[in-house]
Amino acid sequence: MNEAIAAALSFEGVSIAFGEHEILRDVDLDLRAGEVLGVAGGNGAGKTTLLRIASRVLPASAGRVCVGGRDVESLSRRELAREIAVVPQDVQVSFPFRASEVVLMGRSPHLGAFGYESPADIERARTAMMRVGVDQLADRSILDLSGGERQLVLIARALAQDAAILLLDEPTAHLDLRHRIQVLTLVREFVATGRSALVVSHDLSLAARSCDRMALLGGGRLLGVGRPAEIVTPANLRAAFGVDAEVLVASDGAPLVVPRI
Amino acid sequence: MRVLTKAAVAGTLLVLLLLLFAAAMFGLGVGPAGLPPGEVLSLLVGDDATGSTADIVLRVRWPRVMLASLVGACLAVSGVLFQALLRNPLADPYVLGVSGGAALGGIAVLSFGSAIGLGASAVPPAAFVGAILTTLLLYAIAGSGGRVSATNLLLTGVVFNAFASAAIVFMASIAGLSDGANIFLWLIGSLSASRADVAPWVAAFLVAGLATALPMARNLNLLALGEEGASQLGVEVERVKRWLLVSTSLMVGAAVSVAGLIGFVGLIIPHLLRLILGPDHRLLVPAAALGGAAFLVICDTIARSLLGGRELPVGAITAIAGGPLFLWLLRRHHLRGVRI
Repeated sequence: MNEAIAAALSFEGVSIAFGEHEILRDVDLDLRAGEVLGVAGGNGAGKTTLLRIASRVLPASAGRVCVGGRDVESLSRRELAREIAVVPQDVQVSFPFRASEVVLMGRSPHLGAFGYESPADIERARTAMMRVGVDQLADRSILDLSGGERQLVLIARALAQDAAILLLDEPTAHLDLRHRIQVLTLVREFVATGRSALVVSHDLSLAARSCDRMALLGGGRLLGVGRPAEIVTPANLRAAFGVDAEVLVASDGAPLVVPRI
Repeated sequence: MRVLTKAAVAGTLLVLLLLLFAAAMFGLGVGPAGLPPGEVLSLLVGDDATGSTADIVLRVRWPRVMLASLVGACLAVSGVLFQALLRNPLADPYVLGVSGGAALGGIAVLSFGSAIGLGASAVPPAAFVGAILTTLLLYAIAGSGGRVSATNLLLTGVVFNAFASAAIVFMASIAGLSDGANIFLWLIGSLSASRADVAPWVAAFLVAGLATALPMARNLNLLALGEEGASQLGVEVERVKRWLLVSTSLMVGAAVSVAGLIGFVGLIIPHLLRLILGPDHRLLVPAAALGGAAFLVICDTIARSLLGGRELPVGAITAIAGGPLFLWLLRRHHLRGVRI
């Protein structure tokens, strides 16, 4: 493996079980520097679990996750939060923080104990909000935003966090078509500077178009990883989702999934 | 983009400090012998501390005002901390039953402590232990998810309070505590029987509790995103929870060992302050200390002067104010569809 495609984040033989129920078994997966890696799979296939293990919210029962060559378990949470930013599917905020305050929370791994933001921190948060296009929501309470607006605020927060790796859990689930494209464009821009993103997505066609590589999870195992055209195939869709689907090819060569109903 | 600055925090706290000062003037001036603020002030700053007026203000009312403010600060700050920890604006040491647990610890020492050589000075530490054990019970019920449903929270509190009250009466009866009225005051919450010499204890517990909580204020903000979200932003959630356990138990233990079960201060003050100042804990925690202090001084002054010669327990005043607010909060959160 040459330096240019060195792994930013690597899952090495990762397994996890909740009680008797095995979620993931022996998953080996690399997120390379500078790439967008899509992760797809059925409900309960362990996609979110994979993100939770990488962000050390859940401990793997076997194997390990390394970020920049270091085991995540050896890092403090603050160190890890400077390396990895997570965009959850949704968040229930328990108090009426303003959207701008939530975005500024992304700066906290960089702040000292008593934690007042410097003008530079505020500028970063402002820039992140402008890039995502939520600057006009800055003074609104996070409790009053729609699901889609909240998702965009969380993406702005992750950008403000200034990490080298972005983990996004269905970042476009609540978004309309225009915002889906906008978010995926942002993710492409994010990795253009050598950083990396792992995107969990149910929208296979959109993922195939925006990701450099895709990984498919099914039955607790990694069914395959490779270029979208190699992964999004009728045979794989049957294996992962148990459905019959036709895969067309768009004019730019990206696969398009057409389910048969 | 509005951002909380140190200057804004300092300014707000200064205003609240003035409010506390005004409340203290009220507390020192009001009573059977009413005094205008000017006279109180001249007694406080003047050299002439003799005569019956000086006795009333400096030796009767001053210790009482002092204790009320310390207890109020303890209760309001622990309310803020419990609310942040349990992600629930209804959390309050009294509603949660933590005060009841502290009272149980205190009464156990009062009832049976003398048999093993423990005097009244062991009451605050015992109340602290009672508060810790009750909070641990709460954590266990909250489970690993860290977000307690309102139903579980309220049920646990109601049941535990009923249990604690019964156990307190039970223990006091077995031990034959001579002064039955004192047990009543513990249960309803009053400052009338407290002795001024415990003030340094309460002050020390308050300072220790605040010193633990203040450096974590920013982490408390992040906890509003949930434990998972907070840890992904670098918060060592388990460590924060352990320190908060110590901090809240210190303050609740101190407050209860002096004043018994005063309810709802930890609900009313944080709620009011959050409405006015916003939810940022870097401001909310110290503001609650000052606001809670001022609030309880005012309530206690009302309690001892409303009926002329006869004194009301201050817990009755705070409960009358807090009960309806609690119900209103419950209803409002239902309507908003927020799971509490």
